[in-house]
Amino acid sequence: MSFVEFLQQLINGLSLGSVYALIALGYTMVYGIIGLINFAHCDIYMVGAYIGFFAATSLGLPFVPTLILAMVGSAVVGVLVERVAYRPLRKASSISLLITAMGVSLLLENGFNAVFSSTPRSYPHNILQQKNITLGPVHTDSLHLIILGVSVLLMILLQFIIYRTRIGKAMRATSADKDAAALMGINVDWVISVTFAIGSALAGAAGVLVGILYSSIDPYMGIQPGIKAFTAAVFGGIGLIPGAFLGGLMLGVIETFVTAWYSPLAGAIGFIVLIAILIVKPSGLLGKKASEKV
Amino acid sequence: MANQRIMACVLSLALTASFAGCQQTNGSASSSAAAAGNAANTAASGDTIKIGFVTPLTGSTSSYGQSSQKGLQLLEEQVNKEGGINGKKIQIISVDSEGKAATAVTAGQKLINDDKVCAIVGPVLSGSSNALAPICQQYNIPMITGTGTNENITTAGDCIFRTCFTDPFQGKIMAKFATEKLKAKTAAILYDNGSDYSKGLAEAFKSAFTGKIVDTESYNSGDKDFNAQLTKIAPYNPDVLFLPEYYEDVAVIAKTARSVGIKATFIGGDGFDSPKLFSIGGDAVEGVYFSTHYSADDTSAEVSQFVKDYKAKYGGDPDAFAALTYDAGKVLVDSIKKAGSTDGTAIKTALKNYSGTVVCGKITFDKNRNAVKAAVIIKTENGKGKFFTKITV
Repeated sequence: MSFVEFLQQLINGLSLGSVYALIALGYTMVYGIIGLINFAHCDIYMVGAYIGFFAATSLGLPFVPTLILAMVGSAVVGVLVERVAYRPLRKASSISLLITAMGVSLLLENGFNAVFSSTPRSYPHNILQQKNITLGPVHTDSLHLIILGVSVLLMILLQFIIYRTRIGKAMRATSADKDAAALMGINVDWVISVTFAIGSALAGAAGVLVGILYSSIDPYMGIQPGIKAFTAAVFGGIGLIPGAFLGGLMLGVIETFVTAWYSPLAGAIGFIVLIAILIVKPSGLLGKKASEKV
Repeated sequence: MANQRIMACVLSLALTASFAGCQQTNGSASSSAAAAGNAANTAASGDTIKIGFVTPLTGSTSSYGQSSQKGLQLLEEQVNKEGGINGKKIQIISVDSEGKAATAVTAGQKLINDDKVCAIVGPVLSGSSNALAPICQQYNIPMITGTGTNENITTAGDCIFRTCFTDPFQGKIMAKFATEKLKAKTAAILYDNGSDYSKGLAEAFKSAFTGKIVDTESYNSGDKDFNAQLTKIAPYNPDVLFLPEYYEDVAVIAKTARSVGIKATFIGGDGFDSPKLFSIGGDAVEGVYFSTHYSADDTSAEVSQFVKDYKAKYGGDPDAFAALTYDAGKVLVDSIKKAGSTDGTAIKTALKNYSGTVVCGKITFDKNRNAVKAAVIIKTENGKGKFFTKITV
């Protein structure tokens, strides 16, 4: 592999990884606050892509309003899912909650399949012009840069919300101890709703961006990136926002280089590398050694 | 007294039998009351001849399935208008395979066991056809796919026929076309590692291409990012890039390939053949060549008649899937007519000896029950596929 090709593959990997990172942020955030692996997250991403699709085609909206509408719509769906499916089970075991999340995931996928059919739909070509950008010998395109930029921006914004605002303080308190937080006058239900709203809005944004990037969306589009993003979140240290970002990028880069080396084994070898790293550092790249709270 | 007792016995037996009969028919809404016993011949015992059709009506390949269904429904209408098969009307029972092999098997079993069809048209996709073929063979139900191009399908047994050419044939044809018409010296291949169709075409192209294969890359079904593979191919600067996959992937690959600077001509098989190719691929899929079975621009009498009839019923031109499935149905209907029976073995024999001209031209079957016929090459121009040439190996 020549140096130029190496550089180009690195850029390809970062581009792919930025998609994973964007979805992983939502996974890790919900996990960090309420300890739930929200399997329906990747389907909220799909819902966001569909809301964006209808905003762009039926309503004929340009890019920015489409993105905002998809984020708001996904946030509403996310909050609704939490209210209807997860809240009644809050006192139940985490396994029940996990199974419920899988149920919601299947419900969304098959529900959308029943209503919209699984025929792929394509975003209008003119919604966001994809421009090739050349930097010396290597090149990328504007859309990948936008996705990377949006991921960085959202990561910083999330860090700001969690560590610098009142609601963020309430989130951290809820994360540490729900009952104690409630005793301190924190409205735990409200905090959890806000967490889901933010996480789902991120997924919705990712859905629209990826929908435009790959031109086609369908009800099952969330499954594969969902698994990858979840892996990225665990890899980076689940519950940690910079971890999700770093994990996403690294997963993308590892996958790309394995594909470039020997493509028929890309999926398998990529994950073997991840497992090897997790064996050495079980709490993830940025994770601290977890000590059991007594 | 003794007589009365025997009478009572007989009556109660008859009663039990009729209840049992009721329960059996309740289970399947679509099967007729005559369904008790004698599974193989019941399709003929009603006043309709039932033919099953397994097709993806939903899923990422639904555009193929829906076109195919339209073609077959047109045939059903025409055959019944002309008095059916030997006085009996035909009924096409379509079931959705969702484009998945496992669903196709369930759907096929439902057709055989519940609907008591005498033969099955389809499945439309190769993967589904491979999965369903052994089951049709087991029940002695003739299966005739109009579009399942994977080589292995007809190896399941002597019940399995196809009216299209095989994957190796398409790979061979495109290798020949690339060398002779496009004067290609070098080629690269990017195939879907999880698809029988894609692997079949890739292997055949590889062994038939007389120039140099500079690079072969693959991806996993469901992948949307092809940057890594295409970046690796780009420096080889091949004359043609062979893409043996379905339209959705082709469109995304074509866009990515152009953005990483690949200048090669894209070529492929009939998986390209969908209007969705252009709505997703845009400019990147202009000037590509692919092999297929049929073109609406073909000037032969059969094609123009078919296009006229199809337009009258649905508006718009029929695509290859409509024409091919129509052909598969037509070959089957003619063979049932000739066999004079809906018995599996009789239909099988009639199919083996079939020789006739359908929409896509003259068809006969070789000893492996694969159709012997010519291929059409299509070139894309201004968001449309245009008839380019006809070619045989």
